[in-house]
Amino acid sequence: MSTAVELTGVSKLFGDVVAVDGIDLAIADGEFFSLLGPSGCGKTTTLRMIAGFEFPTKGSIEIHGREMGLEPPNRRPVNTVFQSYALFPHMSVAENVAFGLRMKRAGDAEIAERVTRALDQVQLLLRADARPTQLSGGQQQRVALARALVNEPEVLLLDEPLGALDLKLRQAMQIELKELQERVGITFVYVTHDQVEALTMSDRIGVMDNGKLLQIGAPQDIYEHPTSRFVADFIGEINLLPGKVIDSATVELMGGQRVPAETDFAVDATITVAVRPERFVLFDLEENVPAGRNRLEGIVSRRVYHGDVFFYDIDTPAGVLEVKEENRPGVELYEVGEKMLVTWDSAAMTVVRD
Amino acid sequence: MSIASGLRPKSPTERLLAGNSWLVFAFFYAPIVLLIFFSFNDNNNVGIWTEPSLRWYGEMFRNDEVMRALRNSLVIAAISTVVSTILGTATALALERFRFRGQRVYDGLVYLPIIIPDVTMAVMMLLFFAQSFRLMEGLFGFAPEFGVGTISLSHIAFNISFVAVVVRARLGQLDPSLEEAAADLYADRWQTFRRVTLPLILPGVAGGALLALTLSLDDVVVTSFVSGPGATTLPVYVFGLVRRGVTPLINAVSTVMLVASMLLVGASLVLQRNPKSNDSE
Ligand SMILES: Nc1ncnc2c1ncn2[C@@H]1O[C@H](COP(=O)(O)OP(=O)(O)OP(=O)(O)O)[C@@H](O)[C@H]1O
Ligand SMILES: [Mg+2]
Repeated sequence: MSTAVELTGVSKLFGDVVAVDGIDLAIADGEFFSLLGPSGCGKTTTLRMIAGFEFPTKGSIEIHGREMGLEPPNRRPVNTVFQSYALFPHMSVAENVAFGLRMKRAGDAEIAERVTRALDQVQLLLRADARPTQLSGGQQQRVALARALVNEPEVLLLDEPLGALDLKLRQAMQIELKELQERVGITFVYVTHDQVEALTMSDRIGVMDNGKLLQIGAPQDIYEHPTSRFVADFIGEINLLPGKVIDSATVELMGGQRVPAETDFAVDATITVAVRPERFVLFDLEENVPAGRNRLEGIVSRRVYHGDVFFYDIDTPAGVLEVKEENRPGVELYEVGEKMLVTWDSAAMTVVRD
Repeated sequence: MSIASGLRPKSPTERLLAGNSWLVFAFFYAPIVLLIFFSFNDNNNVGIWTEPSLRWYGEMFRNDEVMRALRNSLVIAAISTVVSTILGTATALALERFRFRGQRVYDGLVYLPIIIPDVTMAVMMLLFFAQSFRLMEGLFGFAPEFGVGTISLSHIAFNISFVAVVVRARLGQLDPSLEEAAADLYADRWQTFRRVTLPLILPGVAGGALLALTLSLDDVVVTSFVSGPGATTLPVYVFGLVRRGVTPLINAVSTVMLVASMLLVGASLVLQRNPKSNDSE
């Protein structure tokens, strides 16, 4: 598979502010790639550099092997869906969608045909003559999408395109967007700070913090095997237990409990052991725990009912653990103050640098 | 609740305030009504009513000096409006959309003509033209005369600032991502301006142009300093007439000027209020 977008050592400084800090990234053709990270981490800036609205202070950006350099936005084979949609208020929906083709001097017949097809694709054919301001947020969003897609760009850049929609519509649009992307096969570079959105839609995710790209991987990789404390903490709920390395196959948790774990870190290094709340299984004290499971004795300090799940806070020598247990029929409930065993599999555990 | 407050008797303060606004209103408009009323007066004396007639309007149109002054006024207003609208809009764009050296200073200086007194502006322009013409005389052996040219240039000088302020306010409200979207959709700088920026700031540009037109048509002070023999504008001519003795002709001329100004201001208000009605194509 060939590379659609390649960033090599890209940095961007605004005065003294380092917005993007030495990013290396290769996005494959046809991939749905998300940039995920907290506010101010440099996602938008990265996207704007690919679009050509900003130019890297250092490093290079290639699109399908072509070095972009100082190429202005209008000469790049990419299109952008803006967070605010940026629809032209003085043009009709159809005129908005036709804009790019007009600028490229496509013929009238071709424009009419492609605009119709694009509007049909986003189910807005009936609103072709409306003004953008007469449309709902979700409809405006789809016009923005059609306006970009009608040009059949090599890469589509989307900056939090669902950010302004309410939850229900957002979820519906997530599915719609993903289906659309698979259908048209265009490379999507998708910026979001919503981890669920990134996890559900992407082929791969790049997690950013402070201008740096911390980890790139498939959603499952990122979720199951975070390589840093930040990524572990940022994506989903997770227990972070302080510990230190005993040898290359063992770590020691607070309170002295030793558990098997493969690590590359030096002996005696302080590390953090990360375990997802749903990876714990609770057992009675006298119950037979299957061999190979790590175990800690603990006392329930809190139990919260969430309908489909129960959340427990459990005091253990290694710290307070948050445990998530599914509300299956016949599930055994533990009361506050009750003693029990928290168990987990070493495979469900990640050791990250502190 | 709303019914109750609607029926509530008015407090003395409210009555006083209402009365006051009527007084202010009368104070503003009584002179105007008086002016218009007496412009239809058939008498050689300004303030003595005899009977209604259009005599002074007829006199006005037959008066060569009035007509020449009117023509000058219109020519100067047209020239200075067109030029200052283009330059003022360009200035606003430069200040809002680009970064350049000395921008901060320029930003402050652009508003200077709005702040400095008319008379100062007038003296400045006079001095400037006098010195330049002297220089040209020395260099080429001839120099232009004071007149329509110098008046137009002076009007352009102060109008640029007003246009820039009005257009800039409009530009400031424009979401910059609209222009980025245009660029993203393959429009070059000029196409972006022509297709997106200009149509969206057009109400501001038109408002600025009308303001420039009004200011140019109304100006007395600056114009009277830089006008030359035989090349005067209508307001300056009226001003001169008054000094030679008031005739009812002035009432007629003033009424015409008043109506013209009001139409311009009205048009500008309509334009500002209805941005949607100003689409490009
Ligand atoms: N034009 C600019 N001038 C100065 N600083 C900027 C500019 N654009 C971005 N920054 C700074 O660069 C950093 C990264 O900004 P960016 O907009 O890329 O973040 P983001 O990840 O998109 O955040 P958010 O999720 O809030 O949109 C921030 O500290 C921001 O203040
Ligand atoms: Mg952003």
